Amino acid sequence: MLVDRLNAALRRVPVWAVYLVGALPPFWYLYLGLTGGLGVDPVKSMEHELGELALKLVIVGLAVTPLRRFAGVNLMKFRRSIGLVTFYLVLCHLLVWLVLDVQILSQIWVDIIKRPYITIGMVAFVLMIPLAVTSNNLSVRRLGPAWRQLHKLVYPAAILGAIHFILLRKGFQIEPLVYLAIIAVLLGLRLIPRARKGAGRRAQQA
Amino acid sequence: MAHRWKNDLTDADVTPMGAYLSRREVMAGVAGLGLASMAAPVRAAGLSLNSWEEITSYNNYYEFGTGKEDPARNAGSLTTKPWTVKIDGMVDKPGDYSFDQIMQAMTVEKRIYRFRCVEAWSMVIPWNGFELADLLKMAGVQSGAKYVAFETLYRPEEMPGLRYPVLDWPYVEGLRLDEAMHPLTIMATGLYGKPLPNQNGAPLRLVVPWKYGFKSIKSIVRISLTSKQPPTSWNKANGREYGFYSNVNPKVDHPRWSQATERAIGGGLFAKRQDTLMFNGYDEVAGLYAGMDLSKFY
Repeated sequence: MLVDRLNAALRRVPVWAVYLVGALPPFWYLYLGLTGGLGVDPVKSMEHELGELALKLVIVGLAVTPLRRFAGVNLMKFRRSIGLVTFYLVLCHLLVWLVLDVQILSQIWVDIIKRPYITIGMVAFVLMIPLAVTSNNLSVRRLGPAWRQLHKLVYPAAILGAIHFILLRKGFQIEPLVYLAIIAVLLGLRLIPRARKGAGRRAQQA
Repeated sequence: MAHRWKNDLTDADVTPMGAYLSRREVMAGVAGLGLASMAAPVRAAGLSLNSWEEITSYNNYYEFGTGKEDPARNAGSLTTKPWTVKIDGMVDKPGDYSFDQIMQAMTVEKRIYRFRCVEAWSMVIPWNGFELADLLKMAGVQSGAKYVAFETLYRPEEMPGLRYPVLDWPYVEGLRLDEAMHPLTIMATGLYGKPLPNQNGAPLRLVVPWKYGFKSIKSIVRISLTSKQPPTSWNKANGREYGFYSNVNPKVDHPRWSQATERAIGGGLFAKRQDTLMFNGYDEVAGLYAGMDLSKFY
């Protein structure tokens, strides 16, 4: 079956490959920006490309659980690496905004407090910090069941990330709404009640 | 009357296109060697002319898409010949004026203007155009007229962006009559001595250098003289963010971002932001707004 073959192929992909590939985009954009590959406004291009890529990875991360449950595709072993790469890209996006775009420290604080889309973006980033810090085996063991609860913070972070994108566009634009819709669907799928575990297991055994 | 305004940025201040292009080639070579810090061009604040490539590849022209590079990609399909501009409303000689007819009557001159987008980026652009005042005088402005309304072409088969309701199409803009008659206000028909490219608003567009770029409406098909303040597209879309006047003003922030500083396009990755100037540096227009609270009439 296709799903089985896919899962078999995925099992052969090492997790470090995700980290390696995920580490590259900021360097790639930096190279493009220095050589004219990002057009005439490289700062904005870099900022926007990194932000959109991060939002896409948020979606990939949120898709892991529904994909396993509804399609049988198992990406669980990549979930932590996807999350950490997402955090890394959001951090780079933030750094480009701070260092290359706004530049002025006093202005940065004013923007964070006064501009709703930046406030929302910052809240999303702050919500992701404890998730990145606890994305290791030790934290999973130490926190026990609380770890699962804590990592549900990714749900509001994802929604805020999409709203951040919607708010920064001018006029009525479709693209950021598509991101929000996909995130809403992926979160909505989690509300579908699971079949009782016992029943499922008995059926398999039979 | 043409030539009422003398360029404050002259060829001696700005880098001519030829020299700039050859400098870019040199820079591309340097960047290729990985000498990043040397790749950032040195620009005096607001004084370096932007290149043809920069001016024609980085545009806001939502009728051709909302991405900065969409207009350059999609505007090729626009038919600009023949072109007529309907001038109507409170004028003595209303009618459809052909582009050729207008150009025969007007004196085209070179105007090097700073251009400040509401999104907090800026360029320096060598326009060719004529004073709007001359066109309005040709049509004969009647005494009761107080405002000038402008309208962009609405042609969905050639303008793919019109499929999306980003704004209430067609794009409309407006000026107070005294703003329209000011010698700085021009109808641009060219760039670097060449006909205006489609993505920049061919065949003729408004340029009001002391206002945010969106006031400088592109590809104009209608000009109406009115006694009442006309509606304007961005103001209709979001009145809190985009006022009728929209004068460049570092002290009045856009609700979503500061207007105190700007990024000069062409500076590369590590360029410093520069201070935004009141009226974009065109202090000669200050008299038009004497006694007005510009934080209220933004």
